Amino acid sequence: MSPIATLDGCAAELARSDRPAAETQRPVLRERGQREVFCGLTGIIWLHRKMQDAFFLVVGSRTCAHLLQSAAGVMIFAEPRFATAIMEERDLAGMVDAQDELDRVVNRLLERRPDIRTLFLVGSCPSEVIKLDLAKAAQRLGAVHMPRVRILNYSGSGIETTFTQGEDACLAALVPVMPTLSADAPKELLIVGSLPDIVEDQFLRLFGELGIDRVGVLPARNARDLPSVGANTRYLLAQPFLGETAMALEGRGARRIDAMFPFGAEGTSDWLRAAAREFGIDAAHVEAVLAAPRARAHRALANLRPQLEGKRITFLPDSQLEVPLARFLQDELGMELIEVGTPYLHRAHLARELDRIGPQVRLSEGQHVERQLDRVRTDRPDITVCGLGLANPLENEGLTTKWAIELVFSPIHGFDQAADLAELFARPLRRRDMLEI
Amino acid sequence: MQLAVWTYEGPPHVGAMRVATAMEKLHYVLHAPQGDTYADLLFTMIERRGKRPPVTYTTFEARDLGKDTAQIFQDAAREAVARFKPQAIIVGASCTAELIQDDPAGLSEAMNLPCPVIPLELPSYQRKENWGASETFYQIVRNLADKTLVREPREGRKARVNILGPTALGFRHRDDLVEIRKILALLDIEVNLVAPLGATPEDIARIGAADFNIVLYPEIGDEAARWLERTFAQPAVRTVPIGVGATRSFIADVAELAGADPTPALGDTSSRMPWWSRSVDSTYLTSKRVFIFGDATHAVAAARIAREELGFEVCGLGCYSREFAREVRAEAARCGVEPLITDDHLAVEDAIAAAAPELVLGTQMERHIAKRLGIPCAVISAPVHVQDFPARHSPQMGFEGANVIFDTWVHPLVMGLEEHLLTMFREDFEFSDEAGASHHAAHSPRKATVAPVREPEMAGAAFAPAPAIEAAPAGDDSLMWTAEAERELKKIPFFVRGKAKRNTENFATAEGRRQIDLETLYDAKAHYAR
Repeated sequence: MSPIATLDGCAAELARSDRPAAETQRPVLRERGQREVFCGLTGIIWLHRKMQDAFFLVVGSRTCAHLLQSAAGVMIFAEPRFATAIMEERDLAGMVDAQDELDRVVNRLLERRPDIRTLFLVGSCPSEVIKLDLAKAAQRLGAVHMPRVRILNYSGSGIETTFTQGEDACLAALVPVMPTLSADAPKELLIVGSLPDIVEDQFLRLFGELGIDRVGVLPARNARDLPSVGANTRYLLAQPFLGETAMALEGRGARRIDAMFPFGAEGTSDWLRAAAREFGIDAAHVEAVLAAPRARAHRALANLRPQLEGKRITFLPDSQLEVPLARFLQDELGMELIEVGTPYLHRAHLARELDRIGPQVRLSEGQHVERQLDRVRTDRPDITVCGLGLANPLENEGLTTKWAIELVFSPIHGFDQAADLAELFARPLRRRDMLEI
Repeated sequence: MQLAVWTYEGPPHVGAMRVATAMEKLHYVLHAPQGDTYADLLFTMIERRGKRPPVTYTTFEARDLGKDTAQIFQDAAREAVARFKPQAIIVGASCTAELIQDDPAGLSEAMNLPCPVIPLELPSYQRKENWGASETFYQIVRNLADKTLVREPREGRKARVNILGPTALGFRHRDDLVEIRKILALLDIEVNLVAPLGATPEDIARIGAADFNIVLYPEIGDEAARWLERTFAQPAVRTVPIGVGATRSFIADVAELAGADPTPALGDTSSRMPWWSRSVDSTYLTSKRVFIFGDATHAVAAARIAREELGFEVCGLGCYSREFAREVRAEAARCGVEPLITDDHLAVEDAIAAAAPELVLGTQMERHIAKRLGIPCAVISAPVHVQDFPARHSPQMGFEGANVIFDTWVHPLVMGLEEHLLTMFREDFEFSDEAGASHHAAHSPRKATVAPVREPEMAGAAFAPAPAIEAAPAGDDSLMWTAEAERELKKIPFFVRGKAKRNTENFATAEGRRQIDLETLYDAKAHYAR
């Protein structure tokens, strides 16, 4: 029996789908209802650590500031490289010009923080609703503060972005200011998506060993040292949530290298092989370079496989990492996928991943959290990957969970993190078995 | 626009959530975009609640704007009522939904829902969390209280009381309530209702049956209590029983309103704090300089305990809630300090650095500030952190609360006898400065030459990104210490050395001396002698 047929209202959702037939080859449960996800502002928490010369100024409400400190545990830094310009009654009632107020706040901020070289004005739900033009503000303020500070803008609002889409919007805002790679320059590789520095360095070493030397990274560790882009750029997505950034890069002539995402030994191999193929590297050499780290990853994963094999897992929508992670857990650790939910399914970027996921797996896009939780209660998976608001309540119902957010903050890409990634799923299960209280 | 890095209070709808989550069989339909659901994790992660807050968010998106956000609200409300079958719902908007003006009140009224609907107007761009909680609780009481209820004659029954104010995500509300119930049991008084914590809408209906009210947390309960005073002629006890003296006054006030004998409660033999404070080993606490910051109720109570029950000197007092600034100003006047009423934590940090206290009593934010400055600290107030929900019983109120406060405040300090030993044996290699207090290392001051390290720490909610070391502020280097004076400074025990250095430098600056020699050092010591 199809898992979808058993669900109320799902068939109707499918029937209403207005996507072309070719795209709906495999059934996807599309849901609309309460979404239990972070908004795109949350991306600031890792982006500000990655780009060490950048500051993120959210133009929003007290809720935005509260979200950032609650999600990030921000009380930690007396002066982190982000802040919120909280709009007040005066700004909304037209008693003051919001643009003037923004100038005042930005000037004060830049005066106090001379170390800032790039300032992102980040739009929020309220700033979008009142149509506060941050592009105009960025242009105006940029004219004053360039060359010392470059001022850019993007929206991390919850009405437009879900969680990791905030990074997508931020990187897309960087693309227009990337230097141009001249038309006669040799082919260059561009890795797109923020990675922990240690993982980024591992990949750069591997590309070097493969013989690909011209490699750029977006975002760069310093937002002012952006890599070049042009018709000879071939880009490789390190993260599955970068649809807008990819479009912006294509707009500047770059072409995407189709690959699986670099999770697990197989995903990482496929990702590196795809790049090597594009750069005409000899296949035998590629296999020679990959052999050792790949074998190391397999060895490490073999230790964890007994703990995860045959275990049933459900992903609730969170970071868009769900599909590639599900593929990894299924193919390399033998887990059984029950439901793979994702806030947004980018079919083109995920095509090779989706090929690996069988038709018996319930794939869902969007969310109606109450119905989804009903399905979790019916399915009773061994482990459910979900957000922080849902984890303890599900544990309290006897369902083991894994906080999805940890998957975004931990180094999980590449060969040498494959076992760390598996461990994130194995630990809650092990703990469940250990506790005798 | 106000530039904020960190806020003491969330938006007002989070206050409403604290009330809704505290109650049973009440549901909150909140018109809000996706992302606002982050607030759930405050309750499930920080407070470790095993249930989701009873909140349905409409989570509208940009493409819905100007089309069918009103319909989305009505669908969400209808579904929530059908699924959760609440006895009543509260409806309202978050900051974004307030801007699109869908009027949740009007929309839900038009729906003929099978339960009472209480509309909330919480202006997000003017007000904050505590006000939101207070207003929500007031509206719930006003809408649900059975106004036709006639109180039974007092003769032949126990006195009845309502306890108003405890909510979800409150600072030790769970444990305070246990202590208050204990006192009321000793006085033979019946609890008619505790609200919001644990109350259902049907319970609220009979709120008028009580003879009087106890306003445990004025920030949340006072607005409702004033309405109850007018509507049901219920007097209120407003003494907040934090500290031994306040607990005694509270017992006396409650007993008087109930016509009960206060003796059994006043004679509670588990009150150890007075003796712990009078015993000779506590002498070293005398005139320790404390800086206090928190919500008004806890800050004022802390100041009184510090002065009257521990013999501290209050060198700074403030709160982040403007609504209750008056109480803090009055207490600050009694302490002889300027009140600090602000929600800018950077201003608080500056004030603490300037006051150079020996102990900070504050919120989680002040705990971080104190850690950076190398000053011992204890937490006395919300905003809360996962550490503020200990597994053990840990009240602030009542005699047991005073016992807990004694331990919590005194523990971070270097102990009295140890202070003397460190002075006596300071030349001994085993008593090196780096050793710090023996009973725990957490508060040992850093070496003066090391820049303050801003360490990341879990806020309870989520995760901590990679450690960040931000640039240390440049010190005042216009003053020059002679080598001899510097050597002498090093002979001063480390836990007072920082203060001695600051005092000496302040003294030198005030005196216009550019160079600090032995003479200046001891002149300053004489100047600051107390």
